[in-house]
Amino acid sequence: MARDGGVSCLRSSEMMNVGIRGMESPPLDVDEVHVLAVDDSLVDRIVIERLLRITSCKVTAVDSGWRALEFLGLDNEKASAELDRLKVDLIITDYCMPGMTGYELLKKIKESSSFRQVPVVIMSSENVVTRIDRCLEEGAEDFLLKPVKLADVKRLRSYLTRDVKVSNGNKRKLPEDSVTVNTSLPPPPPPLINSSDSSDSSPPLTISPESSDSYSPLSPVEIFSSPLSSQLDEEDDVLTSSPESSPAPEESPIRRQKMESPGLD
Amino acid sequence: MLGLGVDRLQADINRLLTSLFHQGVLDEQFLQLQQLQDDTSPTFVYDVINIYFDESEKLLRNLRLLLMDREFSDYKKIGLHLNQLVGSSSSIGARRVRNVCVAFRSASELNNRPGCLRGLEVVEHEYHYLKNMMHELFQVLIHVISYTHNSLYNYLIDPT
Repeated sequence: MARDGGVSCLRSSEMMNVGIRGMESPPLDVDEVHVLAVDDSLVDRIVIERLLRITSCKVTAVDSGWRALEFLGLDNEKASAELDRLKVDLIITDYCMPGMTGYELLKKIKESSSFRQVPVVIMSSENVVTRIDRCLEEGAEDFLLKPVKLADVKRLRSYLTRDVKVSNGNKRKLPEDSVTVNTSLPPPPPPLINSSDSSDSSPPLTISPESSDSYSPLSPVEIFSSPLSSQLDEEDDVLTSSPESSPAPEESPIRRQKMESPGLD
Repeated sequence: MLGLGVDRLQADINRLLTSLFHQGVLDEQFLQLQQLQDDTSPTFVYDVINIYFDESEKLLRNLRLLLMDREFSDYKKIGLHLNQLVGSSSSIGARRVRNVCVAFRSASELNNRPGCLRGLEVVEHEYHYLKNMMHELFQVLIHVISYTHNSLYNYLIDPT
């Protein structure tokens, strides 16, 4: 098990590097929920990481607010939003941490353009109403009292699913400028979706139970393995406007595809 | 034969755990840890508890060093260490250790040195009690494992 505050998943920038060398993609399962957990206590990090993994989340656990900002690419002044299209679906942080508190981290996240829409959950061992109110006012999604239990994490997971299924204009969308990126860097290769690989996600987070065959006319694998931009655009339109498409045409893989391959226009 | 021996060991584990719960040494968070153990992480409880021991001993050592220093005055630092101990103890269900740490912390908030020294002693005592109990539990578990292996082995050699 991870005993350090190291980063455990690929950043989009790293994915892009892989793409430059060839058309290979890392096995990033875009349907997995990725949670950034922040806690200065090693024991708590291990427990929260396990709680999240057992509920089918991919987890990156760091030991401080600074490392969290570093991971998110928010730790310096220059706008790195275009370069680092990191997929973070939830940030869960301890409140009491030396250096930067969870509250301060929350503020910085809500001030950032790239991550302000990511839900942030605060954990604390103290049940202080003013503290809870302050966090909620600053935009925290939820406040968990430690010790965190499996039921708490399951509840978090369930409202993440709800967000993703609801509509196009929801918290998980990245800002508009990422869609019309015009940097000199090549766009990231479309990630391959290998739905048979999501063995540890049961049920798959963002796919509603009946939807696995409702991505008609194209399956997620076909969508994401297509390398040509114009083709992708076309497919996009087909998927979102076709009356035969799934009941919620703004299903996450489609939206996420837009998020992940913005420069292919 | 196989069943009886394991049953007895299992009964020992149950007895030990029940006693610890009754005494308030452990609380239901300890059971939460067990829910996190499965085939993909089969030694989770064991691992987490050992990490808790390592971390706690570091903190307790630091606390003792701080308080033993004649010129000690950094109550804030004591408080920070205790926050860590309170947090991690509560996360693994070590209720009694957590509670005595909270009491210790109150003394530190009042800058009460003798109170802190007493508090530290109580925490150390409770901590070591917990550690011994956990070791006893692990010993029984190891017996279960080796007993099961031996029995299986014997059975495979001679399934009569």
